[in-house]
Amino acid sequence: MIDLGRYAFAVLASYGIGLALLGGLVWHTLAANARARRALETHERRSDNG
Amino acid sequence: MSLWEYANPVRFMQVSGRMLPWVAAGAVIGTVGGLGWGFLTPDDFRQGSTVKIVFLHVPAAMMAINIWVMMLVASLIWIIRRHHVSALAAKAAAPIGAVMTLIALATGALWGQPMWGTWWEWDPRLTSFLILFLFYLGYIALWSAIEDPDSAADLTGVLCLVGSVFALLSRYAVLFWSQGLHQGASLSVQSGERMSHVYRYPLYLAMIGFGLLFLTLLLIRTRTEIRKRRLAALLARETRA
Amino acid sequence: MLALLIRDLRLAVRAGGGFGLGVAFFLILSALVPFGVGPDRAALAPVAPGILWVGALLACLLSLDRIFALDHEDGSLDLLATAPLPLEGAVAVKALAHWITTGLPLILAAPLFGVLLQLPPAAMPWLIVSLLVGTPALSMLGAFGAALTVGLRRGGLLMSLLVLPLYIPTLIFGAEVTRRGAEGLGAATPLVFLAGITLGALALIPFAASAALRVNLR
Repeated sequence: MIDLGRYAFAVLASYGIGLALLGGLVWHTLAANARARRALETHERRSDNG
Repeated sequence: MSLWEYANPVRFMQVSGRMLPWVAAGAVIGTVGGLGWGFLTPDDFRQGSTVKIVFLHVPAAMMAINIWVMMLVASLIWIIRRHHVSALAAKAAAPIGAVMTLIALATGALWGQPMWGTWWEWDPRLTSFLILFLFYLGYIALWSAIEDPDSAADLTGVLCLVGSVFALLSRYAVLFWSQGLHQGASLSVQSGERMSHVYRYPLYLAMIGFGLLFLTLLLIRTRTEIRKRRLAALLARETRA
Repeated sequence: MLALLIRDLRLAVRAGGGFGLGVAFFLILSALVPFGVGPDRAALAPVAPGILWVGALLACLLSLDRIFALDHEDGSLDLLATAPLPLEGAVAVKALAHWITTGLPLILAAPLFGVLLQLPPAAMPWLIVSLLVGTPALSMLGAFGAALTVGLRRGGLLMSLLVLPLYIPTLIFGAEVTRRGAEGLGAATPLVFLAGITLGALALIPFAASAALRVNLR
């Protein structure tokens, strides 16, 4: 483990918050995309059958 | 074959679908590589280990501004040529920009606390970013408030144009209003020569990574919007039939 | 155009509240600040210019949704849009009416509230001048915000979110003029910037606002 010295909190918190925000954004993007795709697919399948 | 062909939603879906894996791979390599490499850089003799925050802060701040510019361009294309994909891309970009602004503000505060001895200072750059964040919020709120998608695209487009002018005005007004703590160019690319190579290359990699990450997310989000729009159109057709 | 202005003014007077409400809000705000900050003259005087400007800005915000909302409800906005008068002109006139009913009373009342907040006498003329120069921009930008949100049922809160960031440059320069006036420094530079923003807003915002109105009336 690298030694961050007395600024460990600032560095780790920055990376923590930054990565958490990025991760949240990526997750939200993928989830919304999957939801939209599923909704569209089920709808298209239904209208094909019906 | 012109650039405008990509404005066709079907064509856009095809091309973006083919592009996505590559762009996403580049984004992962750039972001993870840049941040990981940055995290492993040696401490700066003045800033200590806080120099590692730069690799998050600078790319995020850069993207926060560039995304607004991209939204401005997309809004202009929508207003002038009425390509739906363009309007949807502007809509898709706004939340990414807001998150980037938030990251820049949060990492800036965390860096400022040990370095300047304060979490927050009403310094021109910090204040400008706060104002930029407010503009992003207003833009997103206006999109979500209007139901008719074309009206929403028009109104947010106009807001983006006016907002850009006033964001720029605020930037210079704020400069007039307070002299800052924030170092001018020592952290920016233009004067990269003032930064040692040890920090410069990972920073470049992280910046490329963030750019590609934005592109990836933008493509996915735009595809989401197109699908949503298509579903809404199908439903509307059914209820009419 | 004059007919429209007179009509708007008459409506505002008849509906009541138009004049009074903004000034009353301004008064309450100026009265509340000393309760929060403390009655000390030394504490109040330095923040007085900023408080007065923020107060004027918020008081202006209160009555913004009246610019178009009522006309949108009873359909006269559609008539205005199809009238021979360009919609840009109508927007400008409506912003002017808003300024006369809200901005002007605020300017007249501001010196009084300045006394309440221990604003140094030297700053008084600067306060009035800066408000006189700056508030037209507030009305004009407010008309833009109101035009964006006119069709929405609960547009009021959204409008403040949209309009307030646009007010930042005006607020900065306006408060700066007053502060420099209070400290006896030259206030000409921020005043010129303030005037520039106002003139720019007056020249360009009517186009943006009427574009937004046309979309909302579609």
